[in-house]
Amino acid sequence: MQTERKIILSSSPHIWDKTTTSTLMRDVLIALLPTWLAAMYIFGTAALWPVLVCMVSCVFFEWGYQTMMKKPVTVGDLSALLTGLLLGLNMPPAVPLYIAVFASLAAIVMVKQLYGGIGHNFVNPAITGRIIALVSFGLPMSTYLLPAGTAASLDSGFGVDLVAGATPLALLAEGRKAALPSLMDMLLGFRGGSIGETCAITLIIGGLYLIYRGVITYHIPLAYLGGVAALALLFGQDPVYHLLSGGVLLGAFFMATDYVTSPITERGKWVFGLGCALITMVIRVFGSLPEGASYSIIIMNILTPHINNLTLVKPLGGIQK
Amino acid sequence: MAKKVLPGVHPSNAKNTTHLAPVRMATPAQVVIPMSQHIGAPCQPVVNIGDSVKVGQLIGEATGRVAAPIHASVSGKVTAVDKITLPSGNISVTVTIAADGEQTPYEGITPPTVTDYDSFIEAVRASGAVGLGGAGFPTSIKLCPPDLSAVDTLVVNGAECEPYITSDYQIMMHHSEYVLAGIAAVRKYLELSRVEMGVEEHNSDIIAHYKNLTADDPAFTVHTLKCLYPKGAEKVLIYETLGRVVEEGKLPFDVGCIVMNVGTLAFIGSYLATGMPLVEKVVTVDGSAIREPKTLIVPVGTKAGDIAAAAGGYKAELGKIISGGPMMGIALKSEDMPLLKSNNALLFLDVEEATPPPTTSCIRCGRCVRVCPVYLMPLNLERAYNLGLVDELEKLKVNLCIECGCCSYICPTRRPLVATHRLSKQLLRESKK
Repeated sequence: MQTERKIILSSSPHIWDKTTTSTLMRDVLIALLPTWLAAMYIFGTAALWPVLVCMVSCVFFEWGYQTMMKKPVTVGDLSALLTGLLLGLNMPPAVPLYIAVFASLAAIVMVKQLYGGIGHNFVNPAITGRIIALVSFGLPMSTYLLPAGTAASLDSGFGVDLVAGATPLALLAEGRKAALPSLMDMLLGFRGGSIGETCAITLIIGGLYLIYRGVITYHIPLAYLGGVAALALLFGQDPVYHLLSGGVLLGAFFMATDYVTSPITERGKWVFGLGCALITMVIRVFGSLPEGASYSIIIMNILTPHINNLTLVKPLGGIQK
Repeated sequence: MAKKVLPGVHPSNAKNTTHLAPVRMATPAQVVIPMSQHIGAPCQPVVNIGDSVKVGQLIGEATGRVAAPIHASVSGKVTAVDKITLPSGNISVTVTIAADGEQTPYEGITPPTVTDYDSFIEAVRASGAVGLGGAGFPTSIKLCPPDLSAVDTLVVNGAECEPYITSDYQIMMHHSEYVLAGIAAVRKYLELSRVEMGVEEHNSDIIAHYKNLTADDPAFTVHTLKCLYPKGAEKVLIYETLGRVVEEGKLPFDVGCIVMNVGTLAFIGSYLATGMPLVEKVVTVDGSAIREPKTLIVPVGTKAGDIAAAAGGYKAELGKIISGGPMMGIALKSEDMPLLKSNNALLFLDVEEATPPPTTSCIRCGRCVRVCPVYLMPLNLERAYNLGLVDELEKLKVNLCIECGCCSYICPTRRPLVATHRLSKQLLRESKK
């Protein structure tokens, strides 16, 4: 039988799992959606525009950079969109929109693309974008609006819907325990803070969804959250308020678990999560800043290559000379 | 030793032919039989153009120690003694036989006289048996470890962990008498005290069947393996049945066992009873391009195109032919490639399924590390290869890679990891010269 048919020759395997980069990113986007919706319920349009601007800007800057540099455009993998969403959720409500654009530029171009694009950045783009914005625009980036009707906003005496005020961590740091929001308000997100960090319920649901879908493993969130709770007890503070306030939940489930900038192995993930917890709590309890989640993650990002080198898995039947 | 389940992946099982008992395909018009179907020295053809041959007649004589003789799989006339490039890349002499369709058995075929270890090994060698590992290791050599007294266990590989393939299932289901006869012979002449058989849990009917058949034999254990590819990989199977670890540079007999596939054992059982050498194979014919997935009994040397035709031909444009399973099988370059002794499946994929997906940048998700059954770090290995770091490749133990393909399969960015590991191994070999 003579055949003219052209058939494909390739190396095994010949089949692949359905998961791709874009399905992973899509799952994280889905997991964060309830948190964004809750934020819009809590803060109104103050939680809509900054996030939207970050998402559009991040995608635009990735497309623009890659087009200018004549590189293949990879916005289709949804990673820039996800960076935008995370960055937006890390902004204070009603932040001036030029800051959102600036932070997106820093996150996508400076942190991600200049180092070679997806997979090559050594720190989390969204967190670093937020920190760069914070040190560049100190006041607007640390002005937190309080949702209407919370104890603290009534306490402040303004009659408007949203007022600027202290976050629970700032209140804790100042020792104003009486002004702390109730536990229920902390769970539902009726407190001061970044757009996406206040609603504990939706963050936990989203995080569990990611673990259920196999997008992330439980190691980093468990180590981070467990570490924060244990250290709070050690320092004689309320572990529940420490877990529910600041960016710990958002960080533990969605930022510290970033593949590129967190360790590969289980042991490495434990080390990374516990390190985040330690730095967060040291900053909160002893530092001059009220919150340390972002800084803890970026510091552990920098240590990740070393953690990886120290936590290699041992091959089955391998003999090390 | 504490045993645990080694990692792996869950490809879609796609065992479409489980309930299709083997049927003998119509004798093809022509077979092309390579003289090199095993690791070791190729056989010397002992027939010439124009000779008449019968089924089971010797046509290729084993010359070296590591070799397995080749027999005619059809009766007919030798029309050519030629050369082809095999899927492995080796060039082999071939004997082409035009079949007369009679399938007349060779007169000299009688059951071998086996009385002791030496005559058993001689019989296995004469049978032409080779292992199913793809490379085709001569079975007679496998049964001759340097120190037989250190080997106490026969591990029977009934895992058949590749998607699609059911030929071992068919053999275990329909020819348990041959499987058990083969096991009994190996056990008797090699004086092995234990038999450990591994079968994946989805084949619960097989597990129940063999537990039942061996109920009065306390030294015969049927293990239920988790449905997690690659349970049939030699090192994985030894670990999960015996809890023994085959260290780098070692072989199964170094940990006191010999691993044999159920297909090989069943063939030995049938050879001892009939004397008919290895001339035909039970083959799963399946894939997205094939019209009627089937289990066929196929003469060795039958062309892939003829086998596809015997399974109803194509229902979609042919994109790829795989000899073996989709995880470890080798893509064939044309429909003219002949069936080898070590083949147990031919898959015909349509163009869509055959087209490899595009590769993107590694996102360091660590999935490749989590699924590696021998605990390697494929992403680190790939980086080391790309940077040409030979020492690093050695330190990360790329030579332990069993090339099961789990890392490439699971990679969300579709990086050709296992292909890179093969190149890395080659780089290590070359750097040692």
